[in-house]
Amino acid sequence: MIDEKADAAVKRREVLTEYESFIGRKVFFISSFILLTIILCGISISLGPLKFTVLEVYATILDRFFPNFFDVPELAPIVVWNIRLTRVIMGVLAGIGLAVAGAEMQGILRNPLASPFTLGVSAGAGLGAALAIIAGVGVGSGGLLLVGNAFIFSLIPSFVIIGLTRFKRATPETMILAGIAMTYIFSAVSSLLHYFSDAEALKDVVVWLMGDLGKATWSDLYTVTVVLIICIPLLMWKSWDLNVMGSGDEAAKSLGINVEQTRIVVMMITSLMTAVIICYTGMIGFIGLVAPHITRICIGGDNRFVIPAAGLFGAAFLVAADIIAREAMAPVIIPVGIVTSCVGGPMFLYLITRKKKEYW
Amino acid sequence: MDVEFGYASTPILQGVHLELAKSEVLSIVGPNGAGKSTLIRCINRILNPQKGSILLDGSDIIHLTRMELARQLGYIPQSDHQSFPATVFDVVLMGRRPHIGWRSGQNDKEKVLDVLQMLNIENLAMRDINEISGGQQQKVLIARALAQEPDVLLLDEPTSNLDIRHQLEVMDAIRTLIAEKNISAIMAIHDLNLGSRYSDRMVMLNKGVIAAAGSPFSVLTQDNIKRVYGVEAMVKDEDGFPYVVPKSPIKNNGGAISF
Repeated sequence: MIDEKADAAVKRREVLTEYESFIGRKVFFISSFILLTIILCGISISLGPLKFTVLEVYATILDRFFPNFFDVPELAPIVVWNIRLTRVIMGVLAGIGLAVAGAEMQGILRNPLASPFTLGVSAGAGLGAALAIIAGVGVGSGGLLLVGNAFIFSLIPSFVIIGLTRFKRATPETMILAGIAMTYIFSAVSSLLHYFSDAEALKDVVVWLMGDLGKATWSDLYTVTVVLIICIPLLMWKSWDLNVMGSGDEAAKSLGINVEQTRIVVMMITSLMTAVIICYTGMIGFIGLVAPHITRICIGGDNRFVIPAAGLFGAAFLVAADIIAREAMAPVIIPVGIVTSCVGGPMFLYLITRKKKEYW
Repeated sequence: MDVEFGYASTPILQGVHLELAKSEVLSIVGPNGAGKSTLIRCINRILNPQKGSILLDGSDIIHLTRMELARQLGYIPQSDHQSFPATVFDVVLMGRRPHIGWRSGQNDKEKVLDVLQMLNIENLAMRDINEISGGQQQKVLIARALAQEPDVLLLDEPTSNLDIRHQLEVMDAIRTLIAEKNISAIMAIHDLNLGSRYSDRMVMLNKGVIAAAGSPFSVLTQDNIKRVYGVEAMVKDEDGFPYVVPKSPIKNNGGAISF
């Protein structure tokens, strides 16, 4: 009897240590992604017509906060602070936002194929922005016109999909099909706009659609940062509910989750994030789809860790893609959206062919 | 409780009235489509009854929030499919959700270990839920419901996907836990014999109406089975439990069976 008790206690401790080391692995992963992102940012800033070393880049940045502490090369402050840093920070923010949005959408819809792009949210935002650029009509005025329009239009597919899940018992397949159908509708309307627009506006829209980090200004960065700082903690706070919803609506309800409400709130928050990012960067594909999957392969499906880890992976991925975009055909800079799709597509194909488990 | 429920215009349950005592196991039996699962889901407010009320310790569950309800009712679905990878430990930890906010503490991990040990599945803790067998999954779902620390367990066909050994193991586990923790259970079950062996009282539903209720012996009679299931059967006394041996379907029996 005593033996049995002691045995049970030993086993208990074993399970607990195993679980804790499992958590530790995830924390390690997240920390290494942070490090990776910082290194990639340094490399990205150091490259360009005027070359610096990575250490010089960090010195230039830290010099602002601790003056006279570092040796800073001439011209570096201007090049780094005024030109290259905005681009890299936008890359980090957009990567985080799009990847988190993808992870959240996959969670609430229990669908591994969900992402801002496959659900038509990006296409909606694109149409809203095109309306603002070409026709100058929409919700809000001035700079807000673009964001407001993109947000409102990005909500349309979100609500169609929520409606489907609610009233029609939509399966994961129908949700994606609905998203694809809406993507077609939105791009048809966008094409119509392009067709009737003058050459100047047309070029603006087409370039905008390609996705580029270069047009970010410091004030754009403030807007995106504020939105992410509000949205991501809210989503993190819901991450356990998201885990519970992974067992299905009925089980989640029986565990006290208000499933419908959570779905609507999360969908709105992610649409806002996507819309704001797309407004300043244009269409950048595949991050929202690929980042959460790679993250889950590495650290499992617990959303409390998947969300920050996917965000960081997205940031590292986008900054790396931007390095390729700038260096591959230098001095010509390719729009980063083209690179993410070119790299992300094959990567995703590889992932689905090598997956062993029934989920992704 | 006293419940009516229908999907759209088709009534599924009509005037179902049940009471459940402390540490009692109540089985709900009946043919396919009789409303067993619907009743369980109404009790849990996964579905909302159109009429009637469900009282928990005298207070109507309509006035409770989902969280409050989840602290009192533990629901064990027929099977589980996690859409994304999840370890058994994490799945059981979800049962703590009604009791805490977004962070789990040491105390919750201890509670998870308690239930895992109670069900003797602590060696599965780090396995992925979708990679273990049906019987093991069923035990994990029971563990999750127990981690909720509920007063009543609701089980929807707990044995329908299991082989006979796992059926017995799971039912034994449920019975032991109910006695140990002094809680009650309502269980929808297809297998009449398993139901009769493991429950104190039975309710037989037919097309949303209670056809018979009471002790297993008073419910599982040749007459009731003929009337409700449309099956000619023999009822034996096996170790003090009624044992139903189905013989043959009755032709043209009130639509229960149609050829």
